[in-house]
Amino acid sequence: MQSLKIAGVASLLISTFSAAHAEPLIYGFQAEQFEYRSGDNDEGVFVWDFDFVIGTDELKFVWRSEAEILEGSGDFEGLENQLRLQFPISTFFDGVVGVQASTPDGLPDRYNAVLGLKGLAPGFLEVDADFYLSDHSFFRFEAEYEGLITNRLILTPSIEVTVPLEDDLAYDQASGGATIEAGLRLSYDLVDRSFSPYIGINYEKSFGGTADLIRASGEENGVTSIVFGTRLMF
Amino acid sequence: MPLFSAKFLARSDTALSTSEHLSGSLSRRQFGLAAAAALAMPSALQAHQNPTITSKGTYDITVDRVRIDTGDFRKTGVGYNNSQFPTVLRFKEGEEVTINVKNNLNETTSIHWHGLILPFRQDGVPGISFNGIPPGETFTYRFPITQAGTYWFHSHSGFQEPDGAYGAIVIEPRGGERVRADRDYVVQLADNHPHSGKKIMRNLKRMPDYYNRSQRTLQTLIKDSRADSLQAALQERGMWGRMRMMPTDIEDVQGFTASINAQSTSQNWTGLFRAGEKVRLRFINASAMTYFDMRIPGLKMTVIQADGNDVKPVKVDELRIAVAETYDVIVQPRENKAYSIIAESVGRTGMVRGTLAPREGMAGAVPAMRPKPLLTMADMGGMMGGMGMEGHVMQNMAGMDHSNMAGMDHSNMAGMDHSNMAGMDHSNMAGMDHSNMGGMTEPSSVDSSYANGSGLIPRAYNGGKFLSYADLTAARPKYKYRKPSRTIELRLTGNMERYIWSINDVKFNDAEPIVLNYGERVRIRFINETMMAHPMHLHGLWSLVDVGKGSRNPIKHTVNVNPAMTVDIDVEVDEPGQWAFHCHLSYHADAGMFRKVVVNGGPA
Repeated sequence: MQSLKIAGVASLLISTFSAAHAEPLIYGFQAEQFEYRSGDNDEGVFVWDFDFVIGTDELKFVWRSEAEILEGSGDFEGLENQLRLQFPISTFFDGVVGVQASTPDGLPDRYNAVLGLKGLAPGFLEVDADFYLSDHSFFRFEAEYEGLITNRLILTPSIEVTVPLEDDLAYDQASGGATIEAGLRLSYDLVDRSFSPYIGINYEKSFGGTADLIRASGEENGVTSIVFGTRLMF
Repeated sequence: MPLFSAKFLARSDTALSTSEHLSGSLSRRQFGLAAAAALAMPSALQAHQNPTITSKGTYDITVDRVRIDTGDFRKTGVGYNNSQFPTVLRFKEGEEVTINVKNNLNETTSIHWHGLILPFRQDGVPGISFNGIPPGETFTYRFPITQAGTYWFHSHSGFQEPDGAYGAIVIEPRGGERVRADRDYVVQLADNHPHSGKKIMRNLKRMPDYYNRSQRTLQTLIKDSRADSLQAALQERGMWGRMRMMPTDIEDVQGFTASINAQSTSQNWTGLFRAGEKVRLRFINASAMTYFDMRIPGLKMTVIQADGNDVKPVKVDELRIAVAETYDVIVQPRENKAYSIIAESVGRTGMVRGTLAPREGMAGAVPAMRPKPLLTMADMGGMMGGMGMEGHVMQNMAGMDHSNMAGMDHSNMAGMDHSNMAGMDHSNMAGMDHSNMGGMTEPSSVDSSYANGSGLIPRAYNGGKFLSYADLTAARPKYKYRKPSRTIELRLTGNMERYIWSINDVKFNDAEPIVLNYGERVRIRFINETMMAHPMHLHGLWSLVDVGKGSRNPIKHTVNVNPAMTVDIDVEVDEPGQWAFHCHLSYHADAGMFRKVVVNGGPA
C-alpha cells in the first residue's frame, strides 16, 4: 500500500516534470550504507541508508530510507522513511522540505515534518542538516568526506549527530542529549561507482540525558562495530 | 555518370576501405547517386539563394541500432547504414543533394549537417528546424551544396550522437581540389564510452565527478609535498577545496575508448601511401566531449583548411582539435615506414593511434601519454567575474592568500603577445598587475587564446610549433570586413557541482531566443566564466573569429573558448530562419548551454 502510494507520487512527478522540461529526468538509487555491523555488544545488525531520487535541476523528489535490522529476530530496531523535496537555494546548497515516518518494531510510530539543508560545504564536505519537527522534535547533522587514497580506493570518514529538542522517553531520547555516530569506511570502486564494497568501523554513543535513559533501559552506551558492506549507485 | 562513379570509387579507398559493412551500403548509395546523376538537368535549378546547380545526387541513409566493437568493449549504439563505421558522404560544390534518411530506431531521430550553409528547414534540429524523423519513417532532405571542404553530420536527437550516430562529409570544390594530394583520407575522431549517453547524463547530474578518475589523491599529495613542501601542497589543496572546484576537472567524461574512423588503437585504422606522396588528412572531431591533440611524429603537418574553409597554409608539429571542429592537413611521408597518427586527449585520459603505412599490416609506434595537466587559478579567473588576471582574482576571492599560490606557474607568462588579444575585453582588466609580466621577449610559443598561466596551454610533443587560432588566416574572405552593428555578450556559465551549464546564467529551457536581423553584421562576445573550454557552434551562419586579421579572420562553424577567456566572433546574418547555437560538448548542450537564434526578416 505504502509502496503503491510512492509509485503514484513518483509517476505524477514524472509526468509533471517531463511536460515542463525537455531536459532528461534525473533519477537514480544511491546507497551510502548497505552493510552488516558486528558490534562489541555481541549484536549483529543489518543496516541500510539509501536515497532514491527523481526530478530536475530545479526540484527533486527523494525517498530516503534508513533501517537497522537485528540479526536473529529480524526486528527493525530502527526504520525511518522520508519523502523529501529538494530545491536549490544557493550554488552549493539545496533546501529540503518533507515528511518523515519512524516506524520501528516495538516502539510507537513517530511522524515529523522535515526542514533542512543539503549540499557541499567548503573542503568538499557533503553535508545534511535537518530539523525534524513534531511534538518529538530533533535536529540531525550529517557530514561525510571522501578521501581518495587512489582514484578507486576511498577512505570515507562520516559523522552523524542527533540532538533531541524534546524528550521522547519511548525512544530513550532526552532533550539536549546528543547521539553521535562516527564511521570510517574504506571502499573500492569495483564496478564504476555502482558497486563499491567496503570495510570499516562504526562507533555510536549518546550523551547527557539520552545516555542516562539508555543505561536505565539496560542497554549499552558506546558501541563500536566492525562493518562490511557495499555502496551502491544505479 | 561513369566519371562520378569512378571518382566515388577512387575515394572509397579512404577511411572506409577497411569496412566491409560499409562498402555494401556505399554501393547501394552509389547506385542511387548514379541513377540521379543520369537524370541531372544541365540548367540551374530554382532553389534557395539561387545557387548554380551543376549536378544532382541522391543518397540513402538508414539510422540503425548497431553493435559497436571498440576493441576494448562492445556495446549497442546507433550507427548509419547498419555500420559502426562512419559513413562518408561525398558531395560536389554546386550539387543539389537529395538525402533520404530512414529511421529504423524506435525513437525519433534527426541528422544535422554540421557546418553546411543551407535553408534552415534542412538543418535537422528537432524543435528548431523541423519535428524530427519519427520511428519507421523516412525524411527527405534536399538542399544545394554551396560550399566545399570537410564537414560532418550527426544526429541532433537526444544522445544518439555520443552513442555513435556520426559520419563525415567531403565536398569537392567546383573545378576540383585546390590543393593537390595523391591520397585523401578522412580521419574522424570519437570518444566511445561503454555507457549510453542517457546514463552518462544521469550520472553526471547526480555526481559530477562520476567519470573523473584523474582526481588528486593521497599519492599525488605525497608526490607534491616531496617536490615542494607538505604545507604548500596542503594549502594549495585547501584553496581548491574552499572553492569546491577541482583542478583535474578537464574532461568530464573519462573512461572512453578513442577511435579514428571507429577504430581504436588495437584496431589500427591505416591509410596507405607511397613514399614521397602528398597525403591529405581530413581531421574531424566527432567526439561527444573530448578535445584531442593531434600529431604525426616525424612529419610536419601543413594545415590548409579549418572548419571546411581554406586557410593560408601553416606548418605545424601538433594541433588541438576542439569537439566538432575540422582541420585538413597535408603531410608528405618520405620514408617507407609506418607513421603513427596520434590523437591524445587534452586531459591525457585517452589516446588513439592510427597508422600511415606503405602497405597493409603495419602499425605505427604507440607513445606513452604525456603527464596529465592541471587547471590553474588562471583558468579559474572567469568564475570570479571579469578577467583571469591575478590581481583581480585575488581581490574577489575570500580566503585566498597570494603567498600560497604554489601551484601557479608564472613562467608561462613569458612570450605573451598582446597584439593578438583583439578579442579580449580590456575594460575588465582594471586589477591586472603588469609587473608580473616581465620577460616578454621569448618568441611566441604561448598561445594567446589561453588565459595567462593556464594549465591547458599546449606544447608540441617535439618542442616545435603548436597550431593556434592566431595562425589561422582565411585564404579567401567570404565577406568584406565591416564594423559590426552591435555586440551581443554571451557569458558561458555553469555550476559544475550541479552539472548545470548555461548562457548568461540561464538554461535553454528558460531562455528567450537570440534575435538577429537579416543583413546585419553582429559581434558575439563569448565570455567564458567557467573552468572548462567550450566549443561554441552556431548553425547556419559563419563564425568569423576575431584574431585581429579583419576580413582574413578565420571562417569557422565551431569556435573554442578556453577557460576564463573572452573571444569575439563576427557573424554576417545572411540566412533567414531559426537556428541552433550551442556548446558542442554533448552533455553541456543538453544541460542547457544552448540557444535558439531567430533571424528577423530576409527572403521568405
